[in-house]
Amino acid sequence: MPFVLELAVSLLIVIGAVFMLVGSLGMVKLPDLMSRLHAPTKATTLGVGGALIASMLYFLGTDGALSIHEVLITFFLFLTAPVTAHLVAKAHLHAQGGAGLPPTGGGCGWSTFESTPETAASESPSSHNKG
Amino acid sequence: MIANALLFGYFAVSVALLFNLWRLFAGPSVMDRVLAVDTMVINVIALIILYGIDRHTSVYFEAALLLAMFGFISTVAFCRFVLRGDIIE
Repeated sequence: MPFVLELAVSLLIVIGAVFMLVGSLGMVKLPDLMSRLHAPTKATTLGVGGALIASMLYFLGTDGALSIHEVLITFFLFLTAPVTAHLVAKAHLHAQGGAGLPPTGGGCGWSTFESTPETAASESPSSHNKG
Repeated sequence: MIANALLFGYFAVSVALLFNLWRLFAGPSVMDRVLAVDTMVINVIALIILYGIDRHTSVYFEAALLLAMFGFISTVAFCRFVLRGDIIE
């Protein structure tokens, strides 16, 4: 394996590991769940992406063939991290009953708790709490 | 050089897993614990990939992919259960 490729693989492994460490440190240090949510969903996902690119470069250098598995894992992780964060935040809001939320400033409240007047008029009354 | 980088990677990810374990035990609410388990799954995926580089085989990628899917689906199912009291309505 050429030296430049070896250097790149080592650097990517170290950078990815540091990002994962920072993400988990943020989970310990940050004060409440809404801010704690930022650390794992951003830093940790980026760190795992770095490790996956390092693995791709390593197998490109040793076997000479580009493996597609890592792209699949990276794509899947980067696709699912926002969905997970959204669902955790939503479950947290509903568990608290909307306490601590600022007013929306509009005509109706937060859309996860009550439907807007337009959709409430067009929907049947029994289906207003889907989600 | 790659061996030293892998050693550092093992160390950092293991410390990260310990942090997550602390949050899993200390987390005040249920969603804290769900988030801790989700982060632990992502860290274990990274650990599996580093081990795959170390052993120089590509058989571990299937394990990593399966773990990614399993972690995502379990997190979504648990959030759904907390939100609605049911997973499949």
